[in-house]
Amino acid sequence: MPAATTPHSAPPLLALRGVGKTFPNGTVALSGFDLDVRAGEFVSLVGPSGCGKSTALRIIAGLSEPSEGTVEWPSQGTAMTTPSDGTSRIGFVFQEPTLMPWSSVAKNVALPLTLKGRSGDKAAAPVAAALERVGLTKFADAFPRELSGGMRMRVSIARALVLEPQLLLMDEPFAALDEITRFKLNNDLLQLWQASGTTVVFVTHSVFESVYLSSRILIMTPRPGRIFTELAIDTPYPRDQYFRTSAEYGAFCRRASEALAQAMAGGDP
Amino acid sequence: MTPRDFSRERRERVLRIALPIVVLLLMLALWEVIVRIENIPPYVLPGPSLIIRTLIDDWSLLWRSLLVTLTTTVEGFLLAAAGGVGLAVLFNQSRVLEYSLYPYAVILQVTPIVAIAPLLLIYLPQPLAVLACAWIVAFFPVLANTTLGLHSVDRNLAELFTLYGASRRQILWHLKLPSALPYILGGLRIAGGLSLIGAVVAEIAAGSAGAGSGLAYRIAESGYRLNIPRMFAALLLLSVAGIVIFYTLSLVNYLALRRWHESVLEREA
Repeated sequence: MPAATTPHSAPPLLALRGVGKTFPNGTVALSGFDLDVRAGEFVSLVGPSGCGKSTALRIIAGLSEPSEGTVEWPSQGTAMTTPSDGTSRIGFVFQEPTLMPWSSVAKNVALPLTLKGRSGDKAAAPVAAALERVGLTKFADAFPRELSGGMRMRVSIARALVLEPQLLLMDEPFAALDEITRFKLNNDLLQLWQASGTTVVFVTHSVFESVYLSSRILIMTPRPGRIFTELAIDTPYPRDQYFRTSAEYGAFCRRASEALAQAMAGGDP
Repeated sequence: MTPRDFSRERRERVLRIALPIVVLLLMLALWEVIVRIENIPPYVLPGPSLIIRTLIDDWSLLWRSLLVTLTTTVEGFLLAAAGGVGLAVLFNQSRVLEYSLYPYAVILQVTPIVAIAPLLLIYLPQPLAVLACAWIVAFFPVLANTTLGLHSVDRNLAELFTLYGASRRQILWHLKLPSALPYILGGLRIAGGLSLIGAVVAEIAAGSAGAGSGLAYRIAESGYRLNIPRMFAALLLLSVAGIVIFYTLSLVNYLALRRWHESVLEREA
């Protein structure tokens, strides 16, 4: 079985070992899932629908318990609790913007702070900074309903970033957006990632999106899901529209597509 | 929008208000004419003009009765609102409590209030019995709607709250209650009308034996005295009270939800 881990001097930020997930109805979503996430990288999980990508992400976030195997944070012990300095380890962006329709943009972004007991003046500065980073400063008082789909997704990203998480988990965040908006948000996301120095685990079913964004792509097999092979995208950042139309990009996409086809056919990498 | 569309829309709006008024005036005129031509005695059917005159002549008596009924209605409504929302929240927090008490709330609801009222009048002093009737009929829609609302929380939002380690109180306050607000307001709108009905039913049941002086009591009393014009005048006041209650609650609903909920957002042209 191919291991998704590569030798590396520093301990990984996050390590999943032999993780399996069987749902009560008997569906085996994940089996023997190994994953190392290194600090600062942008790693994508790519696979067909129903291959357990989202399940893996939910297990990392602690929203779902693995049936077997372990989830460890080697650099800081295994406890999932939030560090006491008020920063949070994980930010999560769902496929839908998942905003509170009854609250303004600013209050939505402030939610993680509010839940940690920091509201009002204490939350104002980080919320303003997060809104600035996604370019929505002018819309702080707007309601989600009044924004476009792309803007709502930006609010969702701002909220995930407001606690300056070490790890940003994104579950097909741009799947429901039109292509123009998606390309724009892809670029914005790369900028945010580079500026903040956070680590991103990005789930997508789009080979093209994953190649454009990632420093490393992990191709998953369908049911039960596990890592089939990995592909390093070593093109340096910042990447832009030129990369998207380059021969290099095309070659990466071809390799990734071939690997995905093999994974789905159940062959060897 | 062209000026022509605009004027058409305006004409439509005027018609929507003017047409029912024209119909009302025509009906009243017809009623008056028939009563006069056929020479129907007022103790059989009084004409609209006589009803209005009675309303003016008996104003001080009817006004006092209206205040009595309205006080009961508002008190019953407020208790129903507090009781319905409070009980729904308790049920939501404790399954044991929900399982033990919910069936009895249903029994209270399905038993016709007209049948309960005489019993209440035996055991409770009359003002309290009337209040209890108003409460019993009004509280169930609040309870049922709030329960539905508290269960209608967006699943992803709930997970987000879990991810950020929200306490039960925070989930209730920042997530469940705001999600339930449109449902609660819908329940309150029904409860407003029902508490008036409950108060009226109890006053009627108390009948001439009662010491009350509410509007429904006036109707019953006037019936015994064959003072039919006053019956109609009291009925008219009850209708107006019902309409005012309904539209007040609709306005509250609109003001509370206008920025975010689909039900009250203006349709885009």
